[in-house]
Amino acid sequence: MTEPALLDIQGLHTVYGKKIHALKGVSAQVRSGEIVCIIGNNGAGKTTLLKTVSGVLQPDKGAVRFAGEAITGQPTHRIARMGLAHVPEGRHVFPRLSVAENLEMGAYFRTERDLSKDYDHVFELFPVLGRRKAQLAGTLSGGEQQMLAMGRALMARPRLLMLDEPSMGLAPVVVDTIFDIIRRINKEGVTVLLVEQNAKRALQASSRGYVLETGEIVLEDKAETLCSDAKVRKAYLGLQ
Amino acid sequence: MTPVSAAKWAGLAAILVVPALLGSGNYAYLVQAGGMIGLYMILALGLNFTMGYVGLFDLGYIAFFAAGAYGAAICGAYNVPLLIELPLTVAFAVLLRLGLGVSILRLRGDYLAIVTMGFGEITRLVINNLDSITNGPKGMEVPPLQLFSWTLSGNLGYYYLIAACVALGVIGSRRLEDSRVGRAWVAIREDETAARLSGISVNEHKLLAFTISAGFAAVAGMIFAHWIQFVTPESFVFWESILIVSMIVLGGMGSIYGVLLGALILGGVPQILQVFLAGSKWIDYRYFFFGVVLVVVVLFRPEGLWPHKRRQAELHEEAA
Repeated sequence: MTEPALLDIQGLHTVYGKKIHALKGVSAQVRSGEIVCIIGNNGAGKTTLLKTVSGVLQPDKGAVRFAGEAITGQPTHRIARMGLAHVPEGRHVFPRLSVAENLEMGAYFRTERDLSKDYDHVFELFPVLGRRKAQLAGTLSGGEQQMLAMGRALMARPRLLMLDEPSMGLAPVVVDTIFDIIRRINKEGVTVLLVEQNAKRALQASSRGYVLETGEIVLEDKAETLCSDAKVRKAYLGLQ
Repeated sequence: MTPVSAAKWAGLAAILVVPALLGSGNYAYLVQAGGMIGLYMILALGLNFTMGYVGLFDLGYIAFFAAGAYGAAICGAYNVPLLIELPLTVAFAVLLRLGLGVSILRLRGDYLAIVTMGFGEITRLVINNLDSITNGPKGMEVPPLQLFSWTLSGNLGYYYLIAACVALGVIGSRRLEDSRVGRAWVAIREDETAARLSGISVNEHKLLAFTISAGFAAVAGMIFAHWIQFVTPESFVFWESILIVSMIVLGGMGSIYGVLLGALILGGVPQILQVFLAGSKWIDYRYFFFGVVLVVVVLFRPEGLWPHKRRQAELHEEAA
């Protein structure tokens, strides 16, 4: 192994209320500069995995290291401040704040006064947000809210961006845009960990992928290899 | 000078000058009513921090007003000077509220309402039964406010003291609302998960709002006790907590001037009605009118009478 992974997940177990064992020893790595996807069906534990990494949920066993530092058990806001941005499922924009205010909250913990470059960058990636700066986030369409949630995460200048189902409930055209932007953000130096039910799109965009089934990683490989894997083709891509 | 700012100055002058002119005339009761309304304003401004900004419902807020009042009474009984009484009483109320705050950090909505309601009732019952310290239902006498050798007595003096505290409360609220802390509170109210993921320490910010609101209530309670010079558990019933919540809803959650207006209307109308309807058969109906006003406002102006611009935008999108 050359350099240590940016995100290193080792044997993670997460249990809901002592009964539902959602993660059963998941290990995964994301190296700096990669786009890595985790695909799996509903209930496989994808969202639980991201929530455990960002500290929203606490694991029962296992460890997560980010940029070489152990982050297991740290409060969410501290993990976020280390440069690990998590765009949760269902977007979670601040509905009664304007688009501009939502973005401002994304940069909440940054100490620089002048954020104009960051705003310009976000508005360049998502021109529609620039046109709706003053609009309340709750009145945006689903796709626009997804863009805003991603833009808000970028305002923190994260090293790792974790996206939970960015294509969920969006029109195919909007999904194209979102994935284009994910690739662009990655080229600009942000490492991406992507969780998707839409396996085809996710694998097309990623360099590596993991397949999560009922709380366990069952496959792990380069994205192209996974795309041609018979089992993946049948179970996740709907091909023979 | 624009008409609006002229009206503002005229209103301010009226608030300051008129009570002095009413001094000993037929309308002297208005000075006392004004003082009571002012106390409600301090309470409503205080509760606005947790309820208006952070969005946490509280049906037991009067408990902290009681803590302030009994703090003053107990300190009075032991001849504790004001400069020690003030920090002691505020610290006691804040600790009480932090105790409640820590236990309800994870609760929201209905559950929060039930727990806070229970807390308010427990506080009243404890005061009622802790005879050795609070003298139970018989109540305690409280000396007037005394700073060194100077004693504050009479309705007019307390009126001005309360007015000054309201002014300080408004200035403090405005500064906090526009600060980083204020923005963090609003973010938490809007979406707690997103606030956490944006790097906001949600628990600490909630507890800070709790602390500030307890401080407001404690100061109001202290002034109340020294002014009326008598406290009993009867003054701190569940109804008072409801009244303060209603002031905030009526005026506009999270809106400083709305909250003041709510306190003026809900704190003032029953008192004025009581005087004007005295002796008439309508006196028994005064809370009926009160209820009708609340229902009408919530039906036709759910964002409150003087809403914060954000809330108005939400409920009337065409205005945004």
